Amino acid sequence: MLFELEGVSLSRGGAEILHEVSVSLPEGASCIAGDSGSGKSTLLRLLNRLADPDKGTIAYRGRPLGSMDVLGLRREVALVPQLPALLPGTVADNVAFGPSLVGREVDAGPLLELAGLRAVFADRESDRLSVGEQQRVMLARALALEPRVLLLDEPTSALDVRARDRIEETLLDLRARLGLSLVLVTHDLAQAERLADRVVRLEHGRVVATGAEHGDAARPAPAGTE
Amino acid sequence: MRTVSEVTFVQVAATLGLVAVAVLVSLWQRMRLERDIGVAVARSFVQLTAVGFVIALVFEGDSLLLVVALIAVMAVFGAYTARARAPLVPHAFVPLLIALGLAGTSTLVLLVVLGVFSPEPRYLVPLGGMVIGNSMTAAAVALGRLGEEVTASRREIEATLALGATATQAARPIVRRSLRSGVIPLIDSTKTTGVIFFPGIMVGLLVAGAAPLDAVRLQLIILYMLLGSVSIASVTAVVLAQRNFFTSAHQLREPVAAQGEQA
Repeated sequence: MLFELEGVSLSRGGAEILHEVSVSLPEGASCIAGDSGSGKSTLLRLLNRLADPDKGTIAYRGRPLGSMDVLGLRREVALVPQLPALLPGTVADNVAFGPSLVGREVDAGPLLELAGLRAVFADRESDRLSVGEQQRVMLARALALEPRVLLLDEPTSALDVRARDRIEETLLDLRARLGLSLVLVTHDLAQAERLADRVVRLEHGRVVATGAEHGDAARPAPAGTE
Repeated sequence: MRTVSEVTFVQVAATLGLVAVAVLVSLWQRMRLERDIGVAVARSFVQLTAVGFVIALVFEGDSLLLVVALIAVMAVFGAYTARARAPLVPHAFVPLLIALGLAGTSTLVLLVVLGVFSPEPRYLVPLGGMVIGNSMTAAAVALGRLGEEVTASRREIEATLALGATATQAARPIVRRSLRSGVIPLIDSTKTTGVIFFPGIMVGLLVAGAAPLDAVRLQLIILYMLLGSVSIASVTAVVLAQRNFFTSAHQLREPVAAQGEQA
């Protein structure tokens, strides 16, 4: 199992964001779906320890997250945040940043192409890109870490339908070519079903439904999974 | 020529005429600062007079231990004051205290070791006060900026952490900008000194009857000393305080406002 969450709860500023979430995410593509404020982005942040739960346990491939080196975990389980947040400098600087932290050099061109951008973008300044282009640079930047899992927080929420379809194609392509596992957060159930093998629906920080197959997202959660 | 020792309280009282001008301007323009001006004048009188007596005691005691104690007290008050100017920085007091203590001791020790001043209370006490005062201002500006930048750049910091960066690596651009904002005012005033304004020490010496070039030499020593101490204080405060924004697992903590509620 890729991720196993057991009784995960989290509060912020007195408000409960996640309540006793117990769920398993297998290898392949999983989707956490829910409306805004359902706790789905918070749940995603727990998977690479940008935050820790107040209660409960999370295991990655059978190992408790707390027992792993957190920086190594974040390189292996790379998160692409919802809104682009690029560093000042060129696109190539951004793509090279993660690997440079461990003394590794990368060629930005092929990584940009994997993320659906032409290699010539490497020399562009990061503040001169459209939102869609920035989103793809964020994806290339995560791929530069050579991760085994990609965590994607609403990867298409800032994009129009055409750009959204192209990112979805890119994600399916990445999964097929690199064998990456994906965990996506989305408010769009249709997108969840297009991309994921398993869909988990959250409402107000509780799991309300899990679906093991495409088109099965609305199956109510069995007793005890909340 | 008149010397400083001849200044009487009557003369000090006479300068209250200029304070009255400030009060009148405040009333005329409805600035509502009359009360603040009054408090400032009263506090400066009480505090400086008290410090005058304390310094007189330290000079008479002629003990370096007393000097160290006085500088420690100044560092504690300085850290306490500067903390209020950086409300977004969690637990800022300890980094500020260490920064002011380190800036004060290292600068004074260096001045003595380099043979600039002999280790006597009459040099170390006023110099220590200047070092702590200027260091406090710079560290407060730098930490204030650090708090604002971390609050405004949470998304960028988390995106960098998500790439496997340590907390220190993720905060580095912000630390750099905060340090610049702490040290730049003194660099600017050092650049313009003598042209746009006369620094306090030089004015004091000239009024007290010192030869102009003697006053200039001493003022230069003070300016260069302050550049060093302000840098030490800013870098120490910012580097120590930036850790307080992160957990040991390189996670960005919740903002200061939310922390109280969680606790």
